[in-house]
Amino acid sequence: MRAKRASLHSRKEGEKVRAALPDSSFGTKRLARNDKRIVTFRKYLVLAGVTVFAAVGDSMLSHGMKQTGNVSLHHLQGVILAVANPWVAIGILLLLAFFASYMNALSWADLTYVLPATSLGYVLLALVAKFALHEQVSPTRWLGIALISGGVGFVAGGPALTAHPHHESPPFAKNAKDGPPTADIAPAVSGGVER
Amino acid sequence: MRQLCTWGGILVVVFASVVGDILLAHAMKQVGDVHALWHRAGLWRVVGRVLSNSNFFLGVTAMAVAFFSLLFALSWGDVSLVAPAAASLTFIGNAFAAKIFLHEKVDRRRWIAAVLVAAGVALLAG
Repeated sequence: MRAKRASLHSRKEGEKVRAALPDSSFGTKRLARNDKRIVTFRKYLVLAGVTVFAAVGDSMLSHGMKQTGNVSLHHLQGVILAVANPWVAIGILLLLAFFASYMNALSWADLTYVLPATSLGYVLLALVAKFALHEQVSPTRWLGIALISGGVGFVAGGPALTAHPHHESPPFAKNAKDGPPTADIAPAVSGGVER
Repeated sequence: MRQLCTWGGILVVVFASVVGDILLAHAMKQVGDVHALWHRAGLWRVVGRVLSNSNFFLGVTAMAVAFFSLLFALSWGDVSLVAPAAASLTFIGNAFAAKIFLHEKVDRRRWIAAVLVAAGVALLAG
């Protein structure tokens, strides 16, 4: 009985969402409000991916490039040798993963929200240098770490998406070709709940 | 003269990477929330829609220009000047450009964040 009522309730909720959709031109904000917790978890996972992939990929790439030596414009075959180095190859793969998660983050968040997250990678690298590689981290660098962390804290407390959908007609005309915006949002909500 | 060339190189790098970031961000806003689209139509639909967006390719091109001009600028100037200056000026430039072109509400909180991060990056790389 209770389950039945619950499902009835959720169906009603769904209808409400669907009814509300036509005037909310783009679903992201609506989705975020309806399903805040899950969106937030997913959001932080993607942002963590942006940070970690960039930092680890960059450091593996630079480690590999130091092994292979200089690449100059006159000896371009050196580039092929460099890619054959496993560190360089894995670094490139990680940077591709970084690019994918960066694009993913940009699809639902502001540029000025995502960018500080990428800078956390510098902090990560300095911490790895200190605690894993036991390198000296100078006071200037600690100050830099503190400033970046403070900046990230400032942005993380605010909303992820502030840009109003000013460009309603051209991009959303394209969206409309795939189906009504209702279809865009309803499966996403249920999929999120299942997870 | 060399100093001027170095700063010119830095400005080219900053300009190209700001243009690239803005174009990529705009392209992804046009594509829409990737997770919703993925649930609805599958991964290949997402990839197809991203790859069929012309702003995406312009953005990637601008990023490539930024990358190679950074390499050239590094060969002219000091690494300890060029790398941190380019990175931190890109943060400030992006905040301006996102406000103007992407209509993001860059409030005081985000300005402070941009300045703090830019200063921090300059200190880390310097």
